[in-house]
Amino acid sequence: MIVADRKSLEEILSMVKDYKNILILGCKGCVTVCNVGGVKEVEILASALRIARQKEENEITIETKVIERQCDNEYVAQIKDSVGSYEAVVSMACGVGPQFLSEAYKEQKFYPAVNTTFFGGAVSHGIWEERCAGCGTCIIHDFDGLCPVARCAKSLLHGPCGGSSKGKCEITKETICIWDSIVSKKMEQGRLNDLLKVRPVKDWRTARDGGPRRSIREELTK
Amino acid sequence: MRLSYPSNIKVIQVPCTGRVDILHLLNAIENGADGVYVAGCLEGECHYLTGNIKTRKKVNYVKKVLQEIGIEPERVEMFNLSSAMGLRFAEIAREMDEKIKALGPTPVKKKKAADQ
Repeated sequence: MIVADRKSLEEILSMVKDYKNILILGCKGCVTVCNVGGVKEVEILASALRIARQKEENEITIETKVIERQCDNEYVAQIKDSVGSYEAVVSMACGVGPQFLSEAYKEQKFYPAVNTTFFGGAVSHGIWEERCAGCGTCIIHDFDGLCPVARCAKSLLHGPCGGSSKGKCEITKETICIWDSIVSKKMEQGRLNDLLKVRPVKDWRTARDGGPRRSIREELTK
Repeated sequence: MRLSYPSNIKVIQVPCTGRVDILHLLNAIENGADGVYVAGCLEGECHYLTGNIKTRKKVNYVKKVLQEIGIEPERVEMFNLSSAMGLRFAEIAREMDEKIKALGPTPVKKKKAADQ
């Protein structure tokens, strides 16, 4: 899923400082799963903003709504009747949400309430880690399903660097050296020779290096 | 025991402090409470195992939110005591009452009162 973190209240308050009537729009997709922009988080943000503005004696009216997904126009269309009745809309979806909203409703102003961080998953309750860099040409079949593009600090494709020590990466004590994991797994399975395979150079044009990307599936297009 | 504690404290019963949510605490502050505290069972003695431990984290989250928006985080607290500790219950109530009185009325409440 896409993982995000809520922006600081200070930053969100400064975005909406000139408004007295806003909508906070949540998303039931990834940001609900990573507990940052679902039903509960929308209500918490609304309450915190109302408290802050009441304290400043500059009250704000906040409505809340959560739609199925903000990255699908058919769900974005669900707010078409009410979106014009607010001075601004704060989206708690990932970075995709405010953009779909902004494209659908040219007259309205949209602000993001979260920082979109990475593609990943929850390794334990309340802790999420990056697992995919969305580089567009997956090569993890060569590394037993472990991704050196996303999980090596240098995205090295041919083995660990000198910063690998006791299974950890030199950048922080919490970061594992994914190359240590790849090599250990190959050794345990007696398949270390797999890593000697000569692979063609990785095609980075499918990553961000090739500019904004598009995916077309002819069988689904109208 | 006929212990007395300040009459301005309103008790809201829940089956376990684990039921207390971040939103309950924020809503109380938003609606003008000068302070809110959660009285949970002793740590390690939760009937549902970790209800009180989880809620301590929620209380800490609310404290952080209040701090971020410039409201004294001490207005929200968590205490642990057993149901057999009536004396301690009254003592905590008095402690909290004194602390909140020293902090003064919440700025959130002031605005609401002025509107009425």
